[in-house]
Amino acid sequence: MAELLFWPALLLYGEAAVGYFGDVRRPGRAGRAATWGVRLGWLAQTALLAVQATRDDGFPWGTWAASLALFVWLVVSAYLIWGCRRPYRLLGLVVMPLAVALLVVARAGGGTGSGSASHYSNLFLVVHVGLVLASFAGFTLASALSGLYLWQERRLKTRPATILRRQVPALGTLDALALRTVEWSVPLLTLGVGVGLVRLVVRGDRVDALIAATAVTWLVWCAYLGLRLVGGWTGRRAAYLALAGFALVIVVRLALPGSHFA
Amino acid sequence: MIRLVLVGTSHHHAPVELREQVALDRERAQSLAAQLAGDGREAICLSTCNRTELYVAAEDGDAAEQDAVASLALLGPEVEPALYRLHDRAAAHHLFRVAAGLDSLVPGEGEILGQVRLAQELGTTGPLLDRVFRQALHAGRKVRAETAIGESPASVSAAAAALAEQVFGSLEGRSILLLGAGKVSDQAARNLRGRGAEIALVANSKTERDPIHEQLGTVDVVIASTNASGFVLEAATVAAGLRRRRGRRLLLVDLAVPRDLDPAIGELDGCYLYDIDDLEQIVVETLSVRRREAERAETIVAAEAEKFHDWHAALDVVPAIASLRAWAEEIREAELQKAEALLGRLDESQRRAVEAVTAQIVNKLLHLPTVRMKEAAAAADGVLYAEAVRHLFGLGEDDR
Repeated sequence: MAELLFWPALLLYGEAAVGYFGDVRRPGRAGRAATWGVRLGWLAQTALLAVQATRDDGFPWGTWAASLALFVWLVVSAYLIWGCRRPYRLLGLVVMPLAVALLVVARAGGGTGSGSASHYSNLFLVVHVGLVLASFAGFTLASALSGLYLWQERRLKTRPATILRRQVPALGTLDALALRTVEWSVPLLTLGVGVGLVRLVVRGDRVDALIAATAVTWLVWCAYLGLRLVGGWTGRRAAYLALAGFALVIVVRLALPGSHFA
Repeated sequence: MIRLVLVGTSHHHAPVELREQVALDRERAQSLAAQLAGDGREAICLSTCNRTELYVAAEDGDAAEQDAVASLALLGPEVEPALYRLHDRAAAHHLFRVAAGLDSLVPGEGEILGQVRLAQELGTTGPLLDRVFRQALHAGRKVRAETAIGESPASVSAAAAALAEQVFGSLEGRSILLLGAGKVSDQAARNLRGRGAEIALVANSKTERDPIHEQLGTVDVVIASTNASGFVLEAATVAAGLRRRRGRRLLLVDLAVPRDLDPAIGELDGCYLYDIDDLEQIVVETLSVRRREAERAETIVAAEAEKFHDWHAALDVVPAIASLRAWAEEIREAELQKAEALLGRLDESQRRAVEAVTAQIVNKLLHLPTVRMKEAAAAADGVLYAEAVRHLFGLGEDDR
């Protein structure tokens, strides 16, 4: 059953990714088809997660691949909040190819199969993994917004005659939305990491590379918040910093060792 | 049958010297429409900067056309050769194109829709003109909803305002610094104010321009159009102002020739500089988009004109259909009267059932002929069919 749901989700996300590229060339139908691809793909993936959760008697993130798939689901969920609106369709150019690529990687890394039973409790998985993944999804969206900011900023600087042809959110809006998304995501990561650290201390485990990388990611995003709220950073500088933070998110996500679930 | 007649002239047919002769204000347009609408006619006068058109609905189309031509010729004796005359479907199609902005100087301009609505309100309307103008407004709205014909700016001032929205989003509360006051910069400022921005300072003379260094720390948009021979704002001045802005973005629009703003300003972080050439190229591009969208709009308008034609043609057969139905109803009631002796014994509910059954039989018998007559009317055979029905059923023979 899980296999039957995986492929529609992947194909619909793929259709959305292609649709968004089509929308760049000729705005209209391709963009609408892409948005429906995201919606239906998200529904298929939600059903897939529900099936996996039922099968595994808990939350379907006990393996590296499953947690990556869940991360994709969270990213697409966050994107759906804005992605359905016409001016934000361009975000799909970044989000949907990334979602497809990560889903393919998740497939190659174990697909929808069950992992060995984790010694973690379900409650711990919900709080720790859930919060960390939700915050990473938020950072991904903030980075997509920052990417779109840089693209639109470059267009405004180079002054092409076609500058008004496409409906793109205003620079000010993109900048503010990226900040607001990070304002929500940093507390989530702080909580998620905090819960993990408490457990680490209680069990007397050692700090592994993943924990160190996550701490660096947390620091970068805290710096982003601090520089924006206190240092007055806006625009291009803030956008580049967000992209740097996103690179760390990807490294942490993809380099997440299987041993972390042991 | 009531004919729809259009007589008028527009920027396609008449230069401004002729158009101004027949341009009418509200009161005169209303009075002309009322004057033409005597003897059961309907009339509407649509008068804008680019056109004056008279729409008349009358049984005698030729006489209505002559009266409309005479009315316009009275206003401007030389205008008659520049008048166009359209009838029925062609007249409706033209009106739909006008309402959609397809006949305008700038394709898709939005003002015309309000002007068509106003003309309808001021006119002397009846069933035909009311229908055709309502459908025109519908066509205009549909074109704007389903195409992008009216989305992009069509002037330099509108382009400047659209750019400001691309930078800031909502312009509510944004402040503008005006350097020099020309017609285009005035229009640009008006466009920005229409979207919620406020003018912080207008600096015309050199002495007035001295304190602008301070303003650069607070304003959001600078519009420059002075007659100065050199740069009014150097990049170094703006760079100094930027330090006080704490990263806030600044849009600078240079409408002057020679330019007022140092092009190097565009290189500064957070500054977006557009000169008159940039804006004109944007307008040329957006107009080409409008023209492309106009092709899609033409399809929508043609479909609406077709719908109007079907409705208008059906008017040919409506009297015959009404007579046929009245005749059938008369027979039904007469037969029920004859059977009164039998029906008298029935209780109220049984009588109602008999009434309903007989009415249903009549409706079913007449349904197909009614549909066929309307179809024939759309295919221009309506009058023939109507005559045949009258002849076959002896309709109207008592009147002869």
